[in-house]
Amino acid sequence: MSALDADVLVVGGGPSGVAAAIELRRQGRRVILLDREPALGGATRHCAHSPFGMLEFGRVYFGAAYGRKLTREAEKAGVDIRTGHSVVELCEDGSVLVTTGPGVEKLTAERILVTTGAREKPRSARLLSGDRPIGVVTTGTLQSYLAFHGLLPFRRPLIVGSELVSLSAVLTCLSHGARPVAMIEPRAHALARAPLAWFPSLMGIPFHRGAEIVDILGRTRVEAVTIRRGGKLKTLDCDGVLLTGQFTPESALFLQSALGVDPGSAGPAVDQQGRSLDPRMFAAGNVLRAVETGGWAFREGRAIGRAIAEDFGREPEDGVPVPVTFDAPIKLVVPNILRRTASAPAFRQFQLRVLRRVRGRLSLELDGREVWQARGLWMPERRILVPIPPDAPQAQNVHFRFREED
Amino acid sequence: MPRQPQTGETYDVAIIGAGVVGCAVARRFSLAGAKVILIEKGADILSGASKANSAILHTGFDAPPGSLELELVRAGRQEYLEIRDSLNLALVTTGAYVCAWNAQEAEKLAGIERQARDNGTTDVVLRSGGEARAAMPSLSDRLVAALEVPGEHIIDPWSAPLAYLTQAVALGARFLRGAELIKGTFDGIWRLETTAGEILADAVVNTAGLYGDVVDTRLGFTPGFRIKPRKGQFVVLDKAAARHVPRIILPVPTEVTKGIVVCPTAFGNVLVGPTAEEQEDRVRATVETQTLEALVARAAEIVPALAGMPVTALYAGLRPASEEKGYRVFVRPDQRAITLGGIRSTGLSSALGLAQHALKLHADFAEPFTPPAQVPDIATPNLAECRERDWQRPDHGEIVCHCELVTRREIEATFSSPVPPGDFGGLRRRTRAGMGRCQGFYCNARLAEMTKGKLATPLAIDTEGGR
Repeated sequence: MSALDADVLVVGGGPSGVAAAIELRRQGRRVILLDREPALGGATRHCAHSPFGMLEFGRVYFGAAYGRKLTREAEKAGVDIRTGHSVVELCEDGSVLVTTGPGVEKLTAERILVTTGAREKPRSARLLSGDRPIGVVTTGTLQSYLAFHGLLPFRRPLIVGSELVSLSAVLTCLSHGARPVAMIEPRAHALARAPLAWFPSLMGIPFHRGAEIVDILGRTRVEAVTIRRGGKLKTLDCDGVLLTGQFTPESALFLQSALGVDPGSAGPAVDQQGRSLDPRMFAAGNVLRAVETGGWAFREGRAIGRAIAEDFGREPEDGVPVPVTFDAPIKLVVPNILRRTASAPAFRQFQLRVLRRVRGRLSLELDGREVWQARGLWMPERRILVPIPPDAPQAQNVHFRFREED
Repeated sequence: MPRQPQTGETYDVAIIGAGVVGCAVARRFSLAGAKVILIEKGADILSGASKANSAILHTGFDAPPGSLELELVRAGRQEYLEIRDSLNLALVTTGAYVCAWNAQEAEKLAGIERQARDNGTTDVVLRSGGEARAAMPSLSDRLVAALEVPGEHIIDPWSAPLAYLTQAVALGARFLRGAELIKGTFDGIWRLETTAGEILADAVVNTAGLYGDVVDTRLGFTPGFRIKPRKGQFVVLDKAAARHVPRIILPVPTEVTKGIVVCPTAFGNVLVGPTAEEQEDRVRATVETQTLEALVARAAEIVPALAGMPVTALYAGLRPASEEKGYRVFVRPDQRAITLGGIRSTGLSSALGLAQHALKLHADFAEPFTPPAQVPDIATPNLAECRERDWQRPDHGEIVCHCELVTRREIEATFSSPVPPGDFGGLRRRTRAGMGRCQGFYCNARLAEMTKGKLATPLAIDTEGGR
């Protein structure tokens, strides 16, 4: 009998965590799935407008229904689900410190998988100027107000951002009687693809590209926002500011541990099996890089769950990891490191993102030898996929080169 | 919400302004046996200058020699150290380095050391850059020399004043919020006309901070000073930064300002600031992107490991500076009035000293009170990381704010406490809910639900008929 609480602890019950837990059960492993919220689903719980489940379950679910489907599947697989469990710390000895309503406990397992997802950057992390009144919130917060409490934080917000989630924010507002006064995007281009980017204008919401907030006004609640566009200042009356997108991994557990996070992805560095710098700790889903769809996270979780199952019975893979390096304006590459290993990889492709809209030639070099290249116009917040060559883990030097072209 | 004062009741002392100084004065007079009322125009205590400071409990090592400020910082600090156990208040014994980053600054350290010794802070030590970096390797290798000041500590700047007022209330003091002084008249007794009704008092103490001169005018005096607000912006870095900043890092001060400080907080973050920006406005304290970027960059110059560290929070506060550097204390015995004004930057350290001072000044024109037979201890809820937090104890209900590990029990308890939060800022300062790295992405909606009908400005708008 093992004295451990489980073979694998999964921290975070969103799509990737649940998928990994189910896969691990299929491989005969004892799994405890921890989530700090009262129910599984992660960010999908408050997303009332986005369809989830097509890839993994062959049909579409919205909001809480998807979380319920995940719960049914996890229960069916025999996963030990523990909601209302907040993981406070990844301890040096490989255990995790948890606090729940009744109190504090330590849980131990052979392997730990962190699937804590991502969140939008708040006002503070964006260093936005102005007063600090009530009513400056993110899409996730707005949707939580509505989905869980039937409340609204404002009625006439200014929307900041033009990612896919920004359009979801517009929909959320309009379907609940809030009327956005305008939508602004600091870049010259919308980040969402063209047909979707036209949506605000179709709904009669002014959409200003190349516009940024220079002042938020309001003593207690937001009263107005001053924006700058083309060197001109304009003050818009509104009662809230809705900050959309700029997702960042919810990677605090790593950030606060000795493992730290990757400066590019802001998530933990993982190898081609999803294994972090500590060979007992794994990570999957949007904690690795912000932000992918629920379906993507589910498949990633399943693949890494399988990799963890394969990892049992061996000593933890402790080879010296080779970092995957890259040129600007590449923002991140996942997996961030490679290890020599006999196991099949969970990642078959590198996932890249760029910092800004840029035209140029992207190439992958192994020990100085170019093995892949592509030219094009690369957009921020869109995934770029590059096959991981089978011999890449044998290389001493793995580098993504970028040459800008006019 | 403000209750109507009972008519005809006369207080021994009316204190105007519930910043840290007002709360300390309320406590001191209550301990002395006075019947006290503390009036505040905001929805909560600490609504003005006191909500934004660097949370350092100063030794007074760099205060002007022989000044009242020095005397009261030392007295205030001493009393804090004496009462902190009985009030359950935190003390993070970090110590400080005054850091010289070039030869010019290094030359000034000897003078600062002398001043520290003259000021009674005798345990200071001059260190070479190498010695200081051996003790704190995260400091930049550009460090030339440093003055170690072991007695500079960090406290929780919001729980301390709350504890002072809570103890005063336990002794019978009354806290009246949403009460702005309109006019005061003295005819042997003070009649204070406020937005929450008339208050009668035998004596007044003006602790109105940013409005100190305005309140003196409204009391019918020609104010002896004019407030010139000085804005300070701060950046709070992620808790992951804390392991790189075990001490308070002070710059060598210039004529104008004490400069940018990098220091730990009692809550496990790292604080960078403040700026010193003179302005006329007494209300608006804005943050500005460029200034914040400069603060973030400055922090990484001092401690290179802070480069790229996520920003958790931003804030800005106004210090009630006046046309002179020193504290502006006035006593008008004939009108039984005391003004504690111009407490521009050391108020958190000196508040308890200022309160002792005010009681002494009061004794010069009034009969002494009869102290209460028993003084209750106050178990202030602890928010500091150096002591046990509520989430570590059994049966806390659940975690509401995950970033700061704030429990449902803590939030419920603060609303049933003797001085409950009046606005969202007050709730944050009492519990830390929403103060963490996600700034409410996860908990703001839940807090909106839990605080319905309890805050001056509700988080959710009124949706009656809206949906």
